[in-house]
Amino acid sequence: MDQLVNYLYISAILFSLGLFGVITRRNGIAVLMGVELILNAANINFVAFSRFGGMNVSGHVFSLFVIVLAAAEAAVALAIIITIYNSMQTVNVDDASRLKH
Amino acid sequence: MDNIYINSSLAILFLPLLAFTIQIFIGKRLPRQGDWVSISAILFTLLLAGYMFISMLAQYDPNFRYESSFTWMDLGDFKIRLGFLVDNITIIMLLVVALISSCTHIFSIKYLDGDIRYSRYYAYLGLFTFSMNGIVLANNLVSMYIFWELVGVSSYLLIGHWFEKESAANAAKKAFLTNRVGDIGFFIGIMTVFTAVGSFAFTDIFEGVALGSIEGATLTFAGICLFAGAMGKSSQFPLHIWLPDAMEGPTPVSALMHAATMVAAGVYLSVRLFPLMTPDALTFIAYIGGFTAFFAATIALTQNDIKKVLAYSTVSQLGYMILAVGTGVYTAAFFHLLTHAMFKANLFYGSGSVIHSMHHALHKKHDHDTDPQDMRNMGGFKEKMPITFWSMTISTLAIAGVPFFSGFLSKDAILGGTLSFAQNHPQHFLLPIFGFGAAAMTAFYMFRMIFMTFYGPSKMPEIYDDIHESPREMTGPLVLLGTLSIFVFYTLPYFNPFSTHGWFTDLIVAKDSFVPGNISAHEIAEHAHHAHMPAMILSLSVAGIGILLAGLMYLKKILSADTWAKNSGPLYKLSLNKFYFDENYDRFLYQPLMKFADKVAYFDWELYDKYFINGFGKVTSWLSNISGKFDYEGIDQGLVDGVGRSAKNVGHSLRNIQTGRIQNYILYVLAGAILMIIIQAV
Amino acid sequence: MSELAFWLVAAITVVSAGMVVFSGQLIYSAIALLFTLLGVAGLYIFLWADFMAGIQVMVYIGGILVLIIFGIMLTHKIESVKISQTNVQRKIGAFVVAVFLLFLASSLGSAPWFQMVTTEPSETVSTVGKLLMTKYLLPFEVASILLLGSLIGAAMLSRKEG
Repeated sequence: MDQLVNYLYISAILFSLGLFGVITRRNGIAVLMGVELILNAANINFVAFSRFGGMNVSGHVFSLFVIVLAAAEAAVALAIIITIYNSMQTVNVDDASRLKH
Repeated sequence: MDNIYINSSLAILFLPLLAFTIQIFIGKRLPRQGDWVSISAILFTLLLAGYMFISMLAQYDPNFRYESSFTWMDLGDFKIRLGFLVDNITIIMLLVVALISSCTHIFSIKYLDGDIRYSRYYAYLGLFTFSMNGIVLANNLVSMYIFWELVGVSSYLLIGHWFEKESAANAAKKAFLTNRVGDIGFFIGIMTVFTAVGSFAFTDIFEGVALGSIEGATLTFAGICLFAGAMGKSSQFPLHIWLPDAMEGPTPVSALMHAATMVAAGVYLSVRLFPLMTPDALTFIAYIGGFTAFFAATIALTQNDIKKVLAYSTVSQLGYMILAVGTGVYTAAFFHLLTHAMFKANLFYGSGSVIHSMHHALHKKHDHDTDPQDMRNMGGFKEKMPITFWSMTISTLAIAGVPFFSGFLSKDAILGGTLSFAQNHPQHFLLPIFGFGAAAMTAFYMFRMIFMTFYGPSKMPEIYDDIHESPREMTGPLVLLGTLSIFVFYTLPYFNPFSTHGWFTDLIVAKDSFVPGNISAHEIAEHAHHAHMPAMILSLSVAGIGILLAGLMYLKKILSADTWAKNSGPLYKLSLNKFYFDENYDRFLYQPLMKFADKVAYFDWELYDKYFINGFGKVTSWLSNISGKFDYEGIDQGLVDGVGRSAKNVGHSLRNIQTGRIQNYILYVLAGAILMIIIQAV
Repeated sequence: MSELAFWLVAAITVVSAGMVVFSGQLIYSAIALLFTLLGVAGLYIFLWADFMAGIQVMVYIGGILVLIIFGIMLTHKIESVKISQTNVQRKIGAFVVAVFLLFLASSLGSAPWFQMVTTEPSETVSTVGKLLMTKYLLPFEVASILLLGSLIGAAMLSRKEG
């Protein structure tokens, strides 16, 4: 628990899992969950470097902003998903491909 | 740039531009077509200019001067710096522009009430005020030239405000083109100076002149070229022809631009550049000015259109100012600019007020053929329009050079300067004759105008009952400017109505010319002082003669104007027809040029085009047929289409990657990132 | 003892994160995400970031996760708990991500990390607050505008007449 690299490993795993979710999930909400994982991984890095890098609490402020962004992003993304669902009766991201071609 | 003067002048400069921008884009949609936007902007600049003026008076420092500049263009060693110059002359000019412009804005509320392009009119007024302030604030020739042209554009737009009338559209074109002639000279002058000195800033140029980096004939040439710009703007002979035609614009515009400010720009330029003028250039300037003053006055004697009289009187008064510059008393020129701006703007407002009520009276009778500007249709308006009458009379007294009014002070200074110049250089005896002759005629034709308009029986009794005093928005500026034509405002803090000595002469002190060997400002002032008394007596007597003659002819009718006209024979006709200037320009400049152009066109088309160009074309056509074949067979089919075909095939196969699914794309990005890591690791 | 707790929290975080992406049912994924977020909050406590841990619980679990569950409920006809969902490009995705993770882990392991010895701050809340009101005031205000914008945007997007 006093090793920076442990936290970085955990965050790398979370990041990769989130990426995997974003790439493979068809359901839009599940994709969103993957995005949340990625953002959390980034946050862990911020806070970890803040503790071990001697940056005091500036890292905290940054991750705070990331959380704000995540909240805004979640709200807008879910609104989009609900709109898509209302008009197409599906939440699968690959069905919403009307802009293709 | 934290100086209060610089900041205020920046605000004065850009507020009208802001008003212009608002008006041109959304003016029509605002309530009252947005005139309040322009008016409040201009009143605010008036406030700022008044503040600057008062603090100038509080400092009472003739050497007061602030300059601020920035680099506009930086091309290695070649740098152009633009900037602002605020000194006493600038502040006075700013106040004049702001004051007359405010009056015009307010006057126009009623004068242009219901006009189809009401908001655009105010927009152009803002543009004009902006560019005029730009000229006043410039500390270098480049920005002055830029604003100079902007003033020309806004003048064009405002003269052509009623462009449905063909005469107005033509007048606008004429004004613009005539100005261009002068401006080309101005530009050549700027470049001559720049080539020699390497800078556009006034201070650098004067320094260069003092050091002798430009001298002799070159300097004379540059000075005359620069003065050509002033000749165009200030409508000096032979470029005076546009100003009378410019009266096609709305009357408030005539008051603002063609009487008080825009035409004064030329005088302002001459005043600013006076220190670099050589004696030869000054003599040229003096003769141009003197001749213009005299000759425009002779035309004004016989005009019947009230605005034409004022227009020629303006040309004549501008000639006075130029004459003063030429004879060395350039502060007197600037002083006359200041007083003239007040009383001439006022005269134009007065004529606008008269025309306005004439127009309405004629409109009521459904008479659309009678010219509301013709003085032969007026008469006896004194009782009907008392405010207009009194303010116009005061201004007329001022322009005629009657003591206790502002014009007397400034005119006297100019005539004194001219007289002393002739005393020292007897070969230039014509200049004072021009000056005093013009003074006598000015008194005559101005009172002729007053008597014809306001006295005697009405010449059109059927509309007389419908003549009314104009509304308050129009009489307000009249009263204000009429008051400002009285001497006290110019002689404070002293109180001698017969001496120009006052805050103006204390604050605007003539500087020595930078041209080596020129007579010093002190000597000029000394000479002018000696000539003061005889000049005053002479000018008073000629003004008296002029007024007396006008009174006898048009008020008491003891002398018949018609008989005099007949007796003077061809001279009368010459004056009435403005010396056939437009006709002569047409016959001797325009028509020969057209004929020449026809000849050139004939040569161009019949000989050059038909044989040379067409023959050339035939050869080319034959050659291109051969090369075309090679082009199509070889290059097109093989090279160009080959490339195209292969690109198409590659694209077709690559198209499969573009699935339109974001998740595929993310995968590609990720794979690409991994690829890069591998490449980097290897 | 605390070492053990750390590894426990880390394990919970990673395993539940795996469940988020591998579970076939959306509701299970959401519940697993709850544990992941809680685990991250626990990691924050190990990192002396108690304020951040609180925020993590309040905003992520109390806000975003609830929002996500609402989203699930609103977009599926709820007949049972089983709201199954399918995946695409599983194998190739798994391969690429695995390679990526491998590279990431190897570079993390080989890097010579500089680690400063610091003492635990007595309190972080007031420090964060002061920073937000001084050095990061502008980003803070911009973030508030962003939140307002997303609020309006989300409301507008999800209206019936759209």
